[in-house]
Amino acid sequence: MIKAILVFNNHGKPRLSRFYQYYPEDMQQQIVRETFHLVSKRDDNVCNFLEGGTLIGGSDFKIIYRHYATLYFVFCVDSSESELGILDLIQVFVETLDKCFENVCELDLIFHVDKVHYILAELVMGGMVLETNMTEIITRIEEQNKLEKSEAGIAAAPARAVSALKEMNIPQKVKDMKLPDLPSIGNLKF
Amino acid sequence: MPTVKGDGMRGLAVFISDIRNCKSKEAEIKRINKELANIRSKFKGDKTLDGYQKKKYVCKLLFIFLLGHDIDFGHMEAVNLLSSNRYTEKQIGYLFISVLIGANNDLMKLVIQAIRNDLAGRNPIHITLALQCVANIGSREMAEGLSVDIPKLLVSGDTIDSVKQSAALTLLRLLRSSPDSIPMGEWMSRIIHLLNDQHMGVVTAAASLIENLVKKNPEEYKGCVSLAVSRLSRIVTSSYTDLQDYTYYFVPAPWLSVKLLRLLQNYPPPEDPAVKTRLSECLETILNKAQEPPKSKKVQHSNAKNAVLFEAINLIIHMDSDPNLLVRACNQLGQFLQHRETNLRYLALESMCLLATSEFSHEAVKKHQETVITALKTERDVSVRQRAVDLLYAMCDRTNAEEIVGEMLEYLESADYSIREEMVLKVAILAEKYAVDYTWYVDVILNLIRIAGDYVSEEVWYRVIQIVINRDDVQGYAAKTVFEALQAPACHENMVKVGGYILGEFGNLIAGDPRSGSAVQFQLLHSKYHLCSPATRGLLLSAYIKFINLFPEIKHIIQDVLRSDNNMRNADVELQQRSIEYLQLSSITTADVLATVLEEMPPFPERESSILAKLKKKKPSSVPEGSEQKETTASKIPAVQMSNNVDIAPPTSINLMSQADELVSFSEAPPPSVFTFDSGPAPSAGGQSITLQGFDVGESSTDDFVDQGSPQGGSASVDLLGLGSPTQPTAPSVGSGGLLDMFDTLTSHSSAPATNGIDLGGLSGGAEEAFRKFICKNNGVLFENDLLQIGVKSEYREDLGRLWVFYGNKTTFQLNAFLVDVSTPGNLSESLSIQQKPVGGEVEAGAQVKQQFNMACVQEFAEAPVMTIQFLYSGAQQKISLKLPVVLNKYITPAEMDANTFFTRWKALNSPSQECQQIIKATSPIDHEQVKAKLIGFSVSVLEKVDPNAENFVSAGILYTRNQQVGILLRLEPNKQAQMYRLTVRASRDKVAKILCDLMQTQL
Repeated sequence: MIKAILVFNNHGKPRLSRFYQYYPEDMQQQIVRETFHLVSKRDDNVCNFLEGGTLIGGSDFKIIYRHYATLYFVFCVDSSESELGILDLIQVFVETLDKCFENVCELDLIFHVDKVHYILAELVMGGMVLETNMTEIITRIEEQNKLEKSEAGIAAAPARAVSALKEMNIPQKVKDMKLPDLPSIGNLKF
Repeated sequence: MPTVKGDGMRGLAVFISDIRNCKSKEAEIKRINKELANIRSKFKGDKTLDGYQKKKYVCKLLFIFLLGHDIDFGHMEAVNLLSSNRYTEKQIGYLFISVLIGANNDLMKLVIQAIRNDLAGRNPIHITLALQCVANIGSREMAEGLSVDIPKLLVSGDTIDSVKQSAALTLLRLLRSSPDSIPMGEWMSRIIHLLNDQHMGVVTAAASLIENLVKKNPEEYKGCVSLAVSRLSRIVTSSYTDLQDYTYYFVPAPWLSVKLLRLLQNYPPPEDPAVKTRLSECLETILNKAQEPPKSKKVQHSNAKNAVLFEAINLIIHMDSDPNLLVRACNQLGQFLQHRETNLRYLALESMCLLATSEFSHEAVKKHQETVITALKTERDVSVRQRAVDLLYAMCDRTNAEEIVGEMLEYLESADYSIREEMVLKVAILAEKYAVDYTWYVDVILNLIRIAGDYVSEEVWYRVIQIVINRDDVQGYAAKTVFEALQAPACHENMVKVGGYILGEFGNLIAGDPRSGSAVQFQLLHSKYHLCSPATRGLLLSAYIKFINLFPEIKHIIQDVLRSDNNMRNADVELQQRSIEYLQLSSITTADVLATVLEEMPPFPERESSILAKLKKKKPSSVPEGSEQKETTASKIPAVQMSNNVDIAPPTSINLMSQADELVSFSEAPPPSVFTFDSGPAPSAGGQSITLQGFDVGESSTDDFVDQGSPQGGSASVDLLGLGSPTQPTAPSVGSGGLLDMFDTLTSHSSAPATNGIDLGGLSGGAEEAFRKFICKNNGVLFENDLLQIGVKSEYREDLGRLWVFYGNKTTFQLNAFLVDVSTPGNLSESLSIQQKPVGGEVEAGAQVKQQFNMACVQEFAEAPVMTIQFLYSGAQQKISLKLPVVLNKYITPAEMDANTFFTRWKALNSPSQECQQIIKATSPIDHEQVKAKLIGFSVSVLEKVDPNAENFVSAGILYTRNQQVGILLRLEPNKQAQMYRLTVRASRDKVAKILCDLMQTQL
């Protein structure tokens, strides 16, 4: 089981923290700090696994992490998870973020904390791997985005109504209306 | 796919930018507080907030929370968002709740109601949101409130795949947090069939759920084995194009494969031959693929491939049945040990640890010893080095122990601080476990102290003392070695402790050499005295008083030291008291009394290593005996806990001192014959009587083990007996001297090892030999085989005796229906009355239980009672028959008399029935001291200057029986040329002489 997923930058600033086991708020902060301390002092080309810090549960837990440019992606897991599997899962997470944000960078994570959570929620649920197929994940995110857009449309409707009332030149509007072009018959295939 | 960017909330972006532009922490906090105030007032005052605004503020709160600030409001607004019809508002509401609301929040009822509404709705995307929230919080309340809805979603035909997937994981989470509140039902039987689902995502999620269910109840879900195997087989043997999107960098469904392989590790190898073959084929295919050239150079490809491979290897190790696969797995791991990827080396070391415990592969693993040692020395990453230490520990056995321990010691000098303590424990355990030659063991431990003294916990040095005390073949060597070690200009305090203890006990063994004469030893120890902590000084003071006994010639020097202001008026009460009392003790007692009081420590009963015992206490589940792998994980005890543990054990010297008080005040009265060489760490568990055997090394803080010195944990008088009655202070009957033990070692070496077999006489193999060992001693191991170790300890006073039998279960299983029966052959019951305390019906794995026998001697007897032990081990009935070591001479109390009295009495006992004489061929070279020790062990006195020939022994004693007291006189004439003894026993009662003569004869 995954106990926690943490993302922080090279200075230890948290960019995402998700706990799947209950820890009080101050404990969460301490765990982030402790984990940063453990991970940041390691060279880049050493192994990606180490024993967990004492706060999260000590040697029964493993820290599995990857370092991308300015960010550390850290998963704290128990012994029931495959280390390499989790390492790949981190990769899937990052690749998915990359697709959703187009060349994801730290700023995207800062300004879209909610989105990052939604994307993560499609990968991991209650500490277990939910979905690993990136195509499937992105399809689901896209569905959410569509919904969001359509709702933004409804939310904006009253405003449009007001502006419509202000411009009372309705006949002109009608005249300007264009019917969509019909597909040319020649393109149709039977 | 520019999906996310550009549709953010402006206010949120502005706020975040503000925070980021803050120049200082204070400015940031100020900005945050301003924003919090703003949001609070908005939530309170403005009732007309629309969904968009609420969402924006909740997002801000989330951001503030992430920065490490507590959020104590906004919860209600978030709950309100849950009931919105808008997806985005619902979504942010759920997010806020699952990140910020703990399971015990008051609002949980409202949240659960909202969740129930969403689950009941038809909108799958709302259902998914609700499920996510349940899975992430997973409270008991939720489990109770939603226990019906979620299983229904999981097995219902019209649930869409993504919802099914989420439902499986949600159910798993609820089962974990409150297993009893989920009703079992029809869904359970259908759940394993999800492994056949079309959708791989559903199968992955279901596999996690099923594994959890299986762990609780493997029988019920047994059907999943064949389903999992066939699913695995379809994945592994398909080409990667078949699985389309579940192929990750050319590897087919790696996560699902890993899950299925894990699931199978909960079961033994499949019984159905078809399934078994199919599984073997899968595993072979996976191993084969590892040898194929990679389909991509990307690290993701090799990661995914190896994730599956390692899990397959773990399954092979778990099944531990197919030698062919095991060999291949071992070779594969061997390749990885030298792989350039650090991750793979790490994992290979870890998996090899498992493999080392497999009986088929232990030898194969040992082939890689060189590589592992190189890894220990050259790996740059401490995580990897740590795994190398674990593996060396796991692969160690008798053949390679010396080399591995040597390498670990060498590495310890440069090892990372973080792993030193653990390494010290491991080295100590290995050295003890595989020591053939105990001088080597002593060297290793002293080296440990020298190299990493700070990391040597109390347990480690207690243990070396335990072993040195119990093994007389190393005592001289140990004394010599510590003496040399102490000569280093700077030595660790632990070294001083060990040195003080060992020289105090066995310094006499090296005093023959003028370079390590008594005064030299004392000066050496005393040169460290001022550098040590009070606890160590206390120990050294005890060593000094022991020196007074060992080396009377330096008594005055030591008394001067004790008398010095630095000790007698020390600010530390403990040191002051010890100085004063030891000084008094040495001044007012006779040499004989002193010799008795300060006698060498009796051996500790054989028992498991205190270090291991400690590990077991820490993690009882993870340290079954004989499983080295498990010990590995369990031995990671933080230093802090170690030292805590030691703190718990208070020095018992207070008890000790109270006895010394008496001693001082009754200076004319016979002194108590118990005095303890107590050096601080002794436990206080059983009151002062514990101090008899004192220094209960290793069990320092535990009181569940019955201390051998105070089986009743009570009165001191019981224990006083053990060392000889107060009226006969020179003839202790318990503290079997070193010579005696040496003799025992000799005889036990020659006797056949105890087995389960039962000989013709109805006794278990070795029972007779073991019985004979006890004629001249009271404590020791009576019987030992692979299952059980039986130790005995006994005490006698006049016609009463007490005997404790300790049954130690050496297996990792409980021994059931444990029954002990004692029978008295012939008419023994008339002569010896035996009371037996009941013993419990079970002996837990690795545990020891004791049983007490009270035996009163009514009249003389020649036979011994027979003890029959029966128990069930793994369902098989086991029976052991032994002679209970109760012999007539135990009821003798030594008597002192002068030559005149002796010969008068000797002559008086002149009727033939009162005398028994035997000529005995010596079984070992005749040694005066050894024979003397035997006689003392036989509970008779050794009278000096009675027999005109100094080579001869004369002894006297009184045999106490309930009916009468019988005078015993004994004369033993050795003939060194002929290697013969002539033994004559005279007793004031018929038959007694014959019985005692027969008993003594077996000992010569």
